[in-house]
Amino acid sequence: MSIFNLKQPRSAPSTHTGVLGWLMNHLFSSKTNTALSLFSLYLLYLIVPPLLDWMIFSADFSEKTNTECTRNAACWFYINEKMSLFMYGLYPSEEYWRPNLLIAITLTFVLAVRLLKHQIYRHKVTLSLFVIYPFVAFFLLYGSDFLGIKIVETNYWGGLMLTVVVAAVGIVASFPIGIFLALGRQSKMKTIRWLSIAYIELIRGIPLITILFMASVMLPLFFTEGIDFDKLLRALIGITLFQTAYIAEVIRGGLQAVPRGQYEAADAAGLSFTQKMFFIILPQALKISIPNIVGSFIALFKDTTLVLIVGIFDMLAIAELATTDADWLGRKTEGIVFVAMVIWVLLYLMSRYSKTLEKRFNTEH
Amino acid sequence: MFSFLYNNKIRFILFQVIAVLLVTYVAYYAVNNLNYNIERLGIRSGFGFLDIKAGFDIAEHFIAYTSESTNLGAFYVGLTNTIVVSIIGIIFASVLGLIIGVARLSNNYLISKLAETYVEIFRNIPILLQILFWYNLMLISLPLPRNSYDFFNGIFLNLRGIYLPKPIAETGFSWVIIAFLLGVFICFFVKWFFNKKHDETGVKHRTWGYYLASLLGLPLSVYLLLGSPIHFDYPALQGFNFTGGLSFSPEFLAIVAALSIYSATYISEAIRAGIESVDKGQKEAALAMGLTQRQTLKFVLLPQALRVAIPPIINQYLNLTKNSSLAAAIGYADLVGVFSGTVLNQVGQAIEIILMTMAVYLTLSLVISLGLNVVNYRMRIVGANE
Repeated sequence: MSIFNLKQPRSAPSTHTGVLGWLMNHLFSSKTNTALSLFSLYLLYLIVPPLLDWMIFSADFSEKTNTECTRNAACWFYINEKMSLFMYGLYPSEEYWRPNLLIAITLTFVLAVRLLKHQIYRHKVTLSLFVIYPFVAFFLLYGSDFLGIKIVETNYWGGLMLTVVVAAVGIVASFPIGIFLALGRQSKMKTIRWLSIAYIELIRGIPLITILFMASVMLPLFFTEGIDFDKLLRALIGITLFQTAYIAEVIRGGLQAVPRGQYEAADAAGLSFTQKMFFIILPQALKISIPNIVGSFIALFKDTTLVLIVGIFDMLAIAELATTDADWLGRKTEGIVFVAMVIWVLLYLMSRYSKTLEKRFNTEH
Repeated sequence: MFSFLYNNKIRFILFQVIAVLLVTYVAYYAVNNLNYNIERLGIRSGFGFLDIKAGFDIAEHFIAYTSESTNLGAFYVGLTNTIVVSIIGIIFASVLGLIIGVARLSNNYLISKLAETYVEIFRNIPILLQILFWYNLMLISLPLPRNSYDFFNGIFLNLRGIYLPKPIAETGFSWVIIAFLLGVFICFFVKWFFNKKHDETGVKHRTWGYYLASLLGLPLSVYLLLGSPIHFDYPALQGFNFTGGLSFSPEFLAIVAALSIYSATYISEAIRAGIESVDKGQKEAALAMGLTQRQTLKFVLLPQALRVAIPPIINQYLNLTKNSSLAAAIGYADLVGVFSGTVLNQVGQAIEIILMTMAVYLTLSLVISLGLNVVNYRMRIVGANE
């Protein structure tokens, strides 16, 4: 009886393993592929070196005046010099602690909610914080004579702080109205359904900029003499009117995704319309639409840059404003690039977050 | 006593009446205040301002306009500028989006990563920021007219914009257009004829040769027979600037660049989603049935991919058209810039002007969503009942 000696397998040829194998497989597997790879390398060669050169290698990071700074590349000290402007706008510097404190409070709230294990407590705490928080934020940022906090008028607000405020107010204010509109669109009552549809489709058909124009120019004309809105408030009203229509559509998607059986079971259990909606349907519909709500928030965050057109100094407007400083003429590119990077990072994180939410809520197999 | 409140029918009516009353009251309150405020502030009302002389110049217009024209003329200039920017933006965005979308699915690691990076970078930067960025980049990096970049000895790019040779039709060119229309007509006839033949005999004919001949060959031969009735007006440097030719301002270039680069990210994602939505089995089944690669692509894969991809793409066209209103931020003379900007500042009739602007955008989006509905209808999966 002979015993077969198993032959050791030969190792794969070097063109199929390791770095070389990877390259052969992914970049140079055919003639077209090679051509494409070379083309993209050329593209990278065209774009990346000059960009890196402008941003890093030739750029000036040290403390210099505008004239001493290099002309052919970025002068990042300019950003350093204008940092508080980019972050807080014209907010008085001795009051910077207020927005900072607000950030700290926000983070504490979020952490506190996270740490609460018990579901019921968690919901109650979240809900009450949700109600208290806007007031805290308002009194901290705007101030109040009654509480002895110095009032800072909204025309001093600006920068990233304002961008965040506009986006946050837009999403929070549009949420409840959006729910009602979404319910209205689904309603069996014809007039209510048609009114909701008319509003939603009307708003979705026109660009935000015309709504902002309307809010800033026409709004005061619609109210009795003496009722005067602050410029920021007008823009916020415009943005809320706009965002409401989009949120309503997102929530409608959620409502439609709730299985029919849920509606029927709630009816069969003898729940009233309000009970059915608030205890059975909406919790499920909202959960389904959370990723899309985050997506809609991302879109809103991008759209907040438009407020610069009605004369409000969000971060992008600051990039334009800061270059009017006679000491720093001709540094607009640095400002725009800096703002782009900040907003990009924020939006990228948000879109990653929405992707993880989508995965977490996707219970299908 | 109040038991009737629990009757569903009565409730329905009650709620609707309340809703209507509420809306009517808000409208009444607003209009009432509006009338009062208009009188108090001495604002004129009505559309009479449209016939008044505009009195300002618009740098870029594709239809006849001088400062002697009326405000209505300015409105039309803004409208055409908006439409021109949107159409050119849509063309570039579609081409770029298609390239990026396909590149993203490439087996080539470098190409797909490059496309992914492109999408991640430009999708997460607000469009207004991109418009300002490209505009600023053009202003600081383009040369003065004296040193303009010259492409193909006739296209000039400088700080004042891009200058192209302008084709000018001579007498007799209308015959070429008539020939082209005739060609289109012949195409329909050819299609009808060969479809009929296919139905009768089952033999499929190649038709693209006829299409090519009637769409390109016919007009071209008429064009050559008439002795090329077209000439080009080349831009030429005169003093400090170019004159003649067809020119587009840097504002125009910046807005087109930003709109197409931004929208291309969304279009590419739609195309990718469309291609990925077609099950692998479809391709394998088609090949197993003996269809060629080309037939598989044409009759099996593309129709299914397009059904998923086209609705979001048309939505992006709509968004692009709406986003073109941001051109006002860099002073391009689009509808918002000219009409809601300059004319509004001169006349001060905010209500009429903003309502007209909104009506225009609403019409544009209604037209585009009508197109979307038609496309959806034609692409629907035809069920057994039909």
